[in-house]
Amino acid sequence: MDYLYFPGCTLNTKAKNFDQTARDCSRLLGFELKELKNWTCCGATFPLATDNIMALLPPSRILATAREEGTTLTTLCAICFNVIKRTNRLIQGDGEKKDKINNFIEKNYQGDLQVLHYLEILKQDVGFPQLKEKVKKPLEGLKAAAYYGCMLLRPFKEMGFDDKEKPTLFEDFLEALGAKAVEFPYKIECCGSFQSVGSPDVATECAHKILGSALKNGAEAMVSTCPMCTFNIDHKQSDIKQKYSDFKPVPVFYFTQLLGMAMGLDYQTLGFEQNAVDPLPLLKEKGLL
Amino acid sequence: MGENGAFIKRAMVIGGGIAGISASIDLGNGGYEVVLVEKLPSIGGRMLQLSETFPTLDCAQCTLTPKTVETGQHPRIKLLTYSEVDSVQGKAGDFRVRIRRKAAYVDWEKCTGCGLCQQKCPSKNPSEFDRGMGLGKAIHTLSPQAVPNKPVINPSQCRYFKEKKCRVCEKVCPVGAIDYEQQDRFVEERVGAIITAVGFDLIPKESFGEYGYGNVPDVIDGLAFERLNSASGPTTGEIRRPSDGKIPKEVVFIQCTGSRDPDRYMPYCSRVCCMYTAKHARLYKHKVHDGQAYIFYMDIRSTGKGYEEFIQQGMEEEGILYLRGRVSRIFRDGEKVVVWGVDTLTGKKVEVSADMVVLATAIVSQRDTKDLAGKLGIKTDEYGFLTEAQRKLRPVETDVEGIYIAGCAQGPKDIADAVAHANAAASKVQGLFAKH
Repeated sequence: MDYLYFPGCTLNTKAKNFDQTARDCSRLLGFELKELKNWTCCGATFPLATDNIMALLPPSRILATAREEGTTLTTLCAICFNVIKRTNRLIQGDGEKKDKINNFIEKNYQGDLQVLHYLEILKQDVGFPQLKEKVKKPLEGLKAAAYYGCMLLRPFKEMGFDDKEKPTLFEDFLEALGAKAVEFPYKIECCGSFQSVGSPDVATECAHKILGSALKNGAEAMVSTCPMCTFNIDHKQSDIKQKYSDFKPVPVFYFTQLLGMAMGLDYQTLGFEQNAVDPLPLLKEKGLL
Repeated sequence: MGENGAFIKRAMVIGGGIAGISASIDLGNGGYEVVLVEKLPSIGGRMLQLSETFPTLDCAQCTLTPKTVETGQHPRIKLLTYSEVDSVQGKAGDFRVRIRRKAAYVDWEKCTGCGLCQQKCPSKNPSEFDRGMGLGKAIHTLSPQAVPNKPVINPSQCRYFKEKKCRVCEKVCPVGAIDYEQQDRFVEERVGAIITAVGFDLIPKESFGEYGYGNVPDVIDGLAFERLNSASGPTTGEIRRPSDGKIPKEVVFIQCTGSRDPDRYMPYCSRVCCMYTAKHARLYKHKVHDGQAYIFYMDIRSTGKGYEEFIQQGMEEEGILYLRGRVSRIFRDGEKVVVWGVDTLTGKKVEVSADMVVLATAIVSQRDTKDLAGKLGIKTDEYGFLTEAQRKLRPVETDVEGIYIAGCAQGPKDIADAVAHANAAASKVQGLFAKH
């Protein structure tokens, strides 16, 4: 079965490695990510003002276009997932807004699309036990911290992704790959998000706390589902290092990069050149290359 | 009606907590026979778990034990503990109540309450009475002052029931009271009126994901703190935290845990948490002089007599730090329990690296209250509390004549209000009996 796939802007640029590894892994797992035609930006934030219809139009247009092609829509970026899933729910539950939106975008979308995250496909459709069997090169000995961030989970009532306070789906995934999932208290805390633009110090502090907590609990690597989080906890590590000289850099992977490694993809196809902290020394040390 | 159709002037009280005890003594002293049915092995209820009580800081056991003893010895009160109501038939003046007397596996007629079986029993288990902190025996009474002072065997903990060996209690019992073959039995009581005083429970701390789902060992609930502070508790009254027995130097108390939270838990105010949290913090300071107590609160609701003064004294004289705001997360970090909250008066985020956290968890109805209400034909509200006939003017009556309610079974109450409610229920019963 193939999945209609919405990459989103960042996966087309800065997080190309996230996109490419997901597509490659899908093929090895026996399905295709079929890219949505004529997709646009998801809007990047779900509007909190109740009358801000304009901000709902980009995700609504994506949903409406997707419905013309299928019944599910899959995303990888946690922010796109958040915006699109919440917009879908809003259309399902608010007839007046639905009509208004449809009038704007000149579509007749009824909210009857299922918005999926790639991890959900891995859990529900592939199944973690089956995934474990398909793993060619288990990531044995790798202690990885699953970092959820906020957008996969919150608001809980709308996202319903996993347990709101103590999710385990991401850890279960890592364990299926043969890695050791490290539990740490900051795993669902905010990375600082767009504060890295306006108040970079705030974001650096957030990232430092998250990484510090994971390291303290024994993590050797971080795993992310979100390009925004990755920007703050990977690309900003140089800023952290400037502020905290004793900070020890830690590689940050997209979960699909680890999936690709475990599925036996050549490490040179995993796009590590786009990772800010070079993961190769760690992977060498662990004998995973 | 009773024999010859006469109105039976004998009452049943269901629930042997402070409300049920108060109502029973009132009725007994009023000259009526009372059957007091309690599902636990002994009476005293929640109050027996408390250390001291607000706003006077009286020892709960010192004030309660005379009442339990009076109940146990009262010539007109018949105690049926370790018993539950099975079915109810009839109407005011002639209720026929079938009662299940649960198998204690001890012949209480023979038992002298010497306590030897409990001393020698080799099976130690976390004690429910001590909120899982201390160890209790498989054959046990709830407390050393239990009324009646007769033990029961918990078959799920007893080695003999589980592995068919041991029988130590049988060997040591000097009067041969142990009876592993005992079965539940049923008795019928005929009464003219029933007071339902089945009390409350606390929302389990395992419900709160943000507070670690009960998996952080030094996050306890209010009743657990009562046991820690109680001379009869697992630490003989020393404030020692469960994980390693150390004396906590920084303790965070969180009010409204699960109360006043309509989106996620209970929308109502549990009424006692403001006061008992202040009491906890003050008692903690009395025992750990160099310790710091923090209280996170939403509002302070101290509407009883002497209550506001009690709170003020805690703030002004005992150095308790009140922070107006909620706590969003608790997690364990090494030996510490990290608390993330907010002080909404300064608008600042607050992080406390605490040694122990006490959650003032919401008062909820007992799980089986709804079932009992069904048997009695009375109503419960959406939260399982018993519904009174009229909110303001008929606070102890129900829609069924001859059936009354008392205490926290109707909704959260402090001890004084529960006792007043019970006194009112007892006087209603006496009024009913006087009419016939």
